[in-house]
Amino acid sequence: MNRKIVAAVLLAAAAGSVFAQDKVLRVVPHSNLSILDPIWTTAYMSRNHGYMIYDTLFGTDEKSQIKPQMVDTWTASPDKRLWTFNLRSGLQFHDGAPVTGEDVVASLARWGKRDAMGVALMSFVERMDSPSPNSFRIFLREPCGFVLEALGKPSSNVPFIMPKRVAETDAFKQIDDYTGSGPYVFKRDEFKPGDRAVYLKNHKYMPRAEPASGTAGGKNVYVERVEWNLALRDVQAQANALVKGEIDIIESLAFDHYESMSKEKDVKVLKPTFGLQYMCRFNHLLPPFNKAEVRRAALAAFDQRPFLKAQVGVEELYKPCASMFTCGTPYASNVGTEIQSKSNMRKAQALLKQSGYNGTPVVLMKPTDLDAIGKLPDVAAQLMRQAGFKVDLQAMDWQTLVSRRAKKDPIAAGGWNMFCTAWVAPDIWSPVNNAALDARGDKSGWFGWPDDAKLQELRGQFMRSTDESSKKKLAEAIQTEAFTNATHAPLGEFSQPVAVRSSITGLNMAGLANIYWGVRKN
Amino acid sequence: MLNFIARRILATVPVLAIVAVLVFLLLRLTPGDPAAILAGDAASADQIAQIRNSLGLDQPIIVQFGIWIGHLLTGDLGESFYYKIQVADLIAQRLEPTLSLAVLTIVFAVTVSVPLGVIAAWRFGGWFDRALMGFSVMGFSIPVFVLAYILIWIVSLKLGWLPVQGYKRIADGFWPYLQHLILPSITLSVIFIALIARVTRASVLEALGEDYIRTARAKGLRESRVLIRHALANAAVPIVTVIGIGIALLIGGVVVTESVYAIPGLGRLTVDAVLARDFPTIQGVILFFSLVYVGVNLLVDLSYVFLDPRIRF
Amino acid sequence: MSALRTKASGLDALSVEAADIRLTESAWQRVRKNWSVRIGAVVLAVLVVLALTAPWLGTVDPTLFDAASRDLVPGQAGEITTLDGEIIKHKFWFGSDSFGRDIYSRVMYGTRVSLLVGILAALLSLAFGIVCGLSAGYLRWVDGILMRFMDGLMAIPAILIAIALVAMWRGSLMTVIIAIAIPEIPRVTRLVRSLVLTIREEPYVEAAVALGTPTWKIMFGHILPNTIAPLMVQGTYICAAAILVEAILSFLGVGLPPDIPTWGNIMAEGRPQFNQYPHNIFIPGVFLAITVLAVNILGDGLRDTLDPKMAKRV
Repeated sequence: MNRKIVAAVLLAAAAGSVFAQDKVLRVVPHSNLSILDPIWTTAYMSRNHGYMIYDTLFGTDEKSQIKPQMVDTWTASPDKRLWTFNLRSGLQFHDGAPVTGEDVVASLARWGKRDAMGVALMSFVERMDSPSPNSFRIFLREPCGFVLEALGKPSSNVPFIMPKRVAETDAFKQIDDYTGSGPYVFKRDEFKPGDRAVYLKNHKYMPRAEPASGTAGGKNVYVERVEWNLALRDVQAQANALVKGEIDIIESLAFDHYESMSKEKDVKVLKPTFGLQYMCRFNHLLPPFNKAEVRRAALAAFDQRPFLKAQVGVEELYKPCASMFTCGTPYASNVGTEIQSKSNMRKAQALLKQSGYNGTPVVLMKPTDLDAIGKLPDVAAQLMRQAGFKVDLQAMDWQTLVSRRAKKDPIAAGGWNMFCTAWVAPDIWSPVNNAALDARGDKSGWFGWPDDAKLQELRGQFMRSTDESSKKKLAEAIQTEAFTNATHAPLGEFSQPVAVRSSITGLNMAGLANIYWGVRKN
Repeated sequence: MLNFIARRILATVPVLAIVAVLVFLLLRLTPGDPAAILAGDAASADQIAQIRNSLGLDQPIIVQFGIWIGHLLTGDLGESFYYKIQVADLIAQRLEPTLSLAVLTIVFAVTVSVPLGVIAAWRFGGWFDRALMGFSVMGFSIPVFVLAYILIWIVSLKLGWLPVQGYKRIADGFWPYLQHLILPSITLSVIFIALIARVTRASVLEALGEDYIRTARAKGLRESRVLIRHALANAAVPIVTVIGIGIALLIGGVVVTESVYAIPGLGRLTVDAVLARDFPTIQGVILFFSLVYVGVNLLVDLSYVFLDPRIRF
Repeated sequence: MSALRTKASGLDALSVEAADIRLTESAWQRVRKNWSVRIGAVVLAVLVVLALTAPWLGTVDPTLFDAASRDLVPGQAGEITTLDGEIIKHKFWFGSDSFGRDIYSRVMYGTRVSLLVGILAALLSLAFGIVCGLSAGYLRWVDGILMRFMDGLMAIPAILIAIALVAMWRGSLMTVIIAIAIPEIPRVTRLVRSLVLTIREEPYVEAAVALGTPTWKIMFGHILPNTIAPLMVQGTYICAAAILVEAILSFLGVGLPPDIPTWGNIMAEGRPQFNQYPHNIFIPGVFLAITVLAVNILGDGLRDTLDPKMAKRV
């Protein structure tokens, strides 16, 4: 055989893959990807998957401003009841079909059945239609103050635009066609659940001209292939693999590794712009937390610093934030937060005594397999014990916790009193989408089920308000009422560091979602 | 002989049936609600109820069991709640790493332990024998994951000889594939070396006491020939037997080893599925492992026919 | 299935050859003189003392943590805040974990859990195994059904049963012990059953049957005493396996709640920082290995002395 052919064959065999290594981005995501329908679930991994393959009508930039993405121009009628949107020209799905207003209307309808903010928006919507192939209209019954915020919502559930045939899937069934119009194409035959997910560059994608910012701006792709390593979940193994250059990006670097990784010479540690907020949630249906006085006593005991110090530990990665809305965003303020922000143990003890607490143990659920929030319950338990509570700290894996927190049953039948979690900024920074403030009692969308008519009334006013300054005032009133009711305890903000090889540049650090356009590998 | 094989295969049917019932019951009494897990973080109670309904989890247990068994008999293990793909496909995807690890472990363990056991028996009571017995007790006693971390620390971190973790498919090249499997296999094989060396030593010792060995020696055969041709050949049955029984140990070890070395195999799948309350997957994997266990032991039984001239059916 | 059964009970290196072991006066003397038994027993005795006296060995509450003292290396001094808010100075002989808990205290208290799980799981599986084995060996109509059931249970890998059961019941000391004991029951049952089948052929038992002695009297008066020696040996092996499985469950995050000090939990907690602080895994790992080793050595010694014929073999 010809020597050249042999050499070529050997070379091809050695390369293994058709792409040069500098065109393949190897990422360890923060969790496992199991569900490929970002409308069906709120799981952040599914949302990130959505950002790879779908595009959105609007985006949120690094300054929390809503900017057009698939939409080119739009107008609102003077009475704010008719919104008309025109799509950018040349948008097309991975299968080559153009994106039309009909696809948008169907996608919004499906999203509006699942997402909390989508449901809220749909309560204002009279109908939607598509008068021409590249435009669509939303008709409202009454003015609504958050139309663009909802359409440009950066986190779960994101109103991703799918082809009409896919978007017509029952909102409570998962889709099985992963055609989108986003910057990457899902490589379905290489998807191995629990092992890896692969995305290829969508060469037909036409990015906007503006620079990328948050989920807004141009989605330029500089790599040919992105591989999510879903198997590598031991955090020490992740760190070792990054140092050895076996992977390029660790999406969520363990706090314990922050300092040692910062010292590695081929590794950069990055901090997102927006932090996440820790939160402990009370179950308002069961004693002892069915009494506001008892919840307030716990709030008074929950000084944010011990939580942050134990859970995060690295000072530059955390900061206390009294507000229930992410600090640094439009609706954040210190109004009404005194019960917790000026808290101390003696006050907590006094409040608990006054509340008539009878020693009912607090069943506090602790996840054993989530390093990012696993220590909060231990701190909460220690602080509550110091305040005079009896605490039953029950450890379980996150999956059990998630299924148990959905139960409204009494403790004896598998109920619970309290759990802790973390939220990304865009999921809590406004009174509309902050799920913990939904106070419709046991009809509330999110677990814990607070019942507070005044809070609901204020949130209703906020949703209808279209004027920024009155919205701010209402947000303050909502926060004051929420602290009086003690719906939940915000426990401060933290930044989830990302570790990358020093060859990686341009990673989006807005902290809205984990997205992989604009990344270069040199 | 054919009769024996047929009977032996038929005998596994009730065992597998009992396994199926046990596995189903075991999991349906679990408190975790898969619907809530699937719905995600901010799902409402209504959404969870919807999902529960669509998965058929609101049906009576006996109905669910009937459906499951019906599918099982047609070879359908059901669809994973969590991954939304067929459990059989899921198992097939994860088979390569686990199978590679298991085979390499067994091959390595047998290659090392059988000679060790023979030498120990040959030098019964000597220092080598004592050392081997000491090592063997230690092999049983060191937890797999502690051993794994010691090896990672020395071989990968301090010496930098082998990758720390991960798995490369055989399609990605043979050397990377092997490189990623060496440490996990050594880790896992220690307990087998301990086990098989012990059994080999014991069986060879027993054989050495038999009359025909004395005859062979008296005939002036070389010692190595006596040991290998006669003593070891007669010790084959217990050695094969212990490998069959060791499969259960191997499966347990695989779960831990895959977890430490981040190998996307069946062991990891099992732990993930248990944590996610993914009933069909757990049931499928346990059934699969049980089938392997029963199957290997069946093969072991059948191999007696060839290994031991005295056994005739 | 019978082929598999006789084979498994007869040749498993980790189980006991039936019938060959008898407890006699001279056996006890041999036991006391055996070095394996002596070494194993002494090490275990030391561990039991450590477990019982843990509170007085310079330990603090093993669940208390203080973020100011996190990630200390062995021998470093730090402080710990008690529940009353009092801050005490403390020397961390084995270092601290990422919560700032004292690993020395956790390892000492962890001894309790490991020994308790090992011993109770062994006793529990022995108790159930004896009842099942006696019934199967003596009552023909029970035998078929029960042994089929045991075959099924045996075919499911033990660790999978344990993981599934603990995940299902939520980890507590009781559930972990039960989950570990259940998969061990079939082995004990088989052993007892084969002992019963052998012993009931013995002349003195046949004589007792001929004299019309009630079944239960034969079972508990004649047969059970003869099973004690082999069961003791089997028990030590179950104990060793149980200690290991408990650690594995904790290590995989499906065992006892992580704030409870067990060796497996300490190692699981130390896992994310293994490169920087390997002692978090190595110290409890060494304790675990020594304990299991001691139990195994004791078991080997017992087997060697109680069954002289076997001493030469396995």
